[in-house]
Amino acid sequence: MEILMSIVIGALFASSVYLMLSKSLLRIIIGTGLLSHGAHLLIITMGGLKRGAAPLLGEKAASYVDPLPQALILTAIVISFGVTALFLVLAYRAYQELGTDNMDEMRGNEAND
Amino acid sequence: MSLLHLAIFSPFLMAILVPFFYKGLRSIHTGWFVLILPILLFTYFIGFLPVTRHNQAVEKSFDWIPSLGIRFTAYVDGLGLLFALLITGIGSLVVLYSIFYLSKEKESLHNFYVYLLLFMGAMLGVVLSDNLITLYMFWELTSISSFLLIAYWYDRERSRYGALKSMLLTVFGGLSMLGGILLLSIMGDTFSIRELVSQAGELNGHPLFLLALILILLGAFTKSAQFPFYIWLPDAMEAPTPVSAYLHSATMVKAGIYLVARLSPIFAFSSYWFWIVGAIGIFTMFWGSFNAVKQTDLKGILAFSTVSQLGLIMSLLGAGAAALHFDSLNDNIYIAAIVAAVFHLINHATFKGSLFMVVGIIDHETGTRDIRKLGGLLSFMPITFTIAVIGAFSMAGLPPFNGFLSKEMFFTGMIQLLDLDILNLQTWGLLFPVLAWVGSIFTFIYSMMFVFKTFSGKYQPEKLEKKPHEAPIGMLISPIILAALVILFGLFPNLLSYTLIQPAAAAIVPSLVAPGEQLPVHISHWHGVTPELMMTIGVVAVGILMYVTLNKWIKLYTLFPGKVTLNALYDTSLYAAERGSYTLTKAYMNGFIRTYLVYIFVFFIGILGFTMWTQNALTIDKSNLAPIGVYEIVLVIIIAAGIFTILFAKSRLTSIIALGAVGYTVSLFFVIFRAPDLALTQLVIETVSVALFLLCFYHLPKLNRHEERMGFKLGNVIISVGVGAVITLMSISSHSNKMFDSIANYYIANTYKEAAGKNMVNVILVDFRGFDTLFEISVLAIAGLGIFGLIKLRLAKKGEEADEN
Repeated sequence: MEILMSIVIGALFASSVYLMLSKSLLRIIIGTGLLSHGAHLLIITMGGLKRGAAPLLGEKAASYVDPLPQALILTAIVISFGVTALFLVLAYRAYQELGTDNMDEMRGNEAND
Repeated sequence: MSLLHLAIFSPFLMAILVPFFYKGLRSIHTGWFVLILPILLFTYFIGFLPVTRHNQAVEKSFDWIPSLGIRFTAYVDGLGLLFALLITGIGSLVVLYSIFYLSKEKESLHNFYVYLLLFMGAMLGVVLSDNLITLYMFWELTSISSFLLIAYWYDRERSRYGALKSMLLTVFGGLSMLGGILLLSIMGDTFSIRELVSQAGELNGHPLFLLALILILLGAFTKSAQFPFYIWLPDAMEAPTPVSAYLHSATMVKAGIYLVARLSPIFAFSSYWFWIVGAIGIFTMFWGSFNAVKQTDLKGILAFSTVSQLGLIMSLLGAGAAALHFDSLNDNIYIAAIVAAVFHLINHATFKGSLFMVVGIIDHETGTRDIRKLGGLLSFMPITFTIAVIGAFSMAGLPPFNGFLSKEMFFTGMIQLLDLDILNLQTWGLLFPVLAWVGSIFTFIYSMMFVFKTFSGKYQPEKLEKKPHEAPIGMLISPIILAALVILFGLFPNLLSYTLIQPAAAAIVPSLVAPGEQLPVHISHWHGVTPELMMTIGVVAVGILMYVTLNKWIKLYTLFPGKVTLNALYDTSLYAAERGSYTLTKAYMNGFIRTYLVYIFVFFIGILGFTMWTQNALTIDKSNLAPIGVYEIVLVIIIAAGIFTILFAKSRLTSIIALGAVGYTVSLFFVIFRAPDLALTQLVIETVSVALFLLCFYHLPKLNRHEERMGFKLGNVIISVGVGAVITLMSISSHSNKMFDSIANYYIANTYKEAAGKNMVNVILVDFRGFDTLFEISVLAIAGLGIFGLIKLRLAKKGEEADEN
């Protein structure tokens, strides 16, 4: 399972990097979304999969899965949402102000070189 | 902290007050307030004379950085005191002069005096520090204040050029010196100069010794404008004339001399020291005077003259190093060279200071310093002329002025080198007196040019900006005092010999002076008909002949091609460095964010791949794998389909929905992986995210590929597959290599006991790691504010536009 998940994670990362390297703003944002999915799965896979019950004491199980990666991911999910939201608004504003979503046309101001 | 430390720091404290004087009391020239300080300091340092004249010293110390063994030890001995008196004495005269030179209406006096006081304090710190680190700190501070003073008229292009040049060269030397200081402290395990001097014998054989010697000399030579680093000094003449008189002739440029003198006891026994200091010094002496003759700017003449005179003192210190090769004081004729160096140091400060002030007066009263425009000023400025004659004749080495005496002693020092049968002097030694003599001839010529091209000859009123007249009395006081000293020291040199010269010379060669003993320093005018006297007569005779025929041979200078000078080398290399770094930066910082991402990703692949390869992390442990169920396979297929859809989608809507599908699948994975909280959160967040995407959908641009070329795509594919592969390998490796046990058991065991909660993830978030969660919320709040700001910004702008319409 871990090896299969590793391959899935690799695929998520590869596709997100590919999207982030493209020139279109929207594809870059989608790329960051995929990247965070990949990162979350990576963290939980690193902690080991299905080694016991859900980390709830009410289960009264002999062993529980590692709760620490889950706490980390929970934080990460919320943060990645914040980032996605900010990116979206930024992209929207950039598109409005600059009239383009092409990263090549959004180079730093030449006059400041 | 002691009174001595306070004296060193007092200029800095005064500098803080200067702006208040300037703002508060505009009607009084700020210089009058500043003047009090150097006079007070001068009288304070005079009080040390009775101590140092018996070769005693005063030492006050406090810890500065004890953990590094750095103490601020203020140490006043003969050498330090001589410099302190020069700094405060000439400083007083220069401040007095500047009061009349700089108009209080037009100039920003607060800047000027702050920089000047900064320099004064820094210079006192250099010459009164026993600790090499404090010395270095003050040393760099003098470079900085010199930079600020040269650039005082910063709206002039030449000023900025000169300031930058002096900064680059002196700071380069300063950094080299720091390297030398650190090497010294490694060898001797101390930063104290006196402790290093006491270990001089052991240091001499150390493998780092030669490197330390060269690095320290680089510092001294750049500061004291020795060949080939002298090129900054002529350009430093863009500074106001009082600054040139003070920093660039009397004090700061002598810091290098001071350093060589101060460290002589450590290094002088080495033959490298003798050869480098002596040869560079004598060549600089010749080269400076040779170049001074072709200058047309009075300050240019004086600048090259300063270079030459500094070389003269340097060569004497080099020759004096020979003294250490003899054990006793008896018949040790090489001490004469050290005495001559100290004596000439004083003399140079007096006559060169007065000459600079004369140039300032001429510039001030006629509006030019160009000797081609000047002439016949004698009848307008008799007093200035008298001062100029005294200063210039002393510089030329004519009796009865002090320059004559030290020039004779200089010749003595150079001739005596011929008798030396050590240090391989037999072969090249003859060059020393020859260069000294030729250099002195040129010195004589430019001294005559300085006086007669300005004051005699044809008066050319049409070329002058104003009608010349004698300077106001205030401007004349300082040069008159200096000129009086020139005559006084010329007639009665022994006023100085046991008060100032002997203690300073004794500090340069401490190993030769037994306690209670004194160096034999008696300066006399007449030694009989000696080779030195014949040399002086030769200088005068040839000098007069060459001055008269100046117009015939001055064209020889044009034979030197302008492109192969040191200045051209400096300009070209500076330009090349600027262009080179600009081109290099331009080449990789091209403004495309994508390019930067590529750097990051390639680096990521490289560094992680390399590390995993070298650490043998690429192992697969199949023993402890979780089983794969049917659900998982279905979910993996859904994710794969989602990824493909996103990558090849033509429409925005399709990609957004595919992204949502991947997100929901991930939450199903969380369910399978026994993470109910994650699954719930992911579901909620994914729903909101998709909603947000759809909300923005209307405003966002069409999904445009921007006609990406195949090559572009291929590069991206390679990089992204590389990143994916590295991540996969990393993930497998992290599963296969468990370096230590999980810390999860602590949370499992303590969740109920410590926090009385049953949901471990929740307890970790709000209890064990509560602050993390708090910061996470702060990040969200910041993102929220950012979003709000971005939207609001637009509204405000539209509102403005509406108002304008």
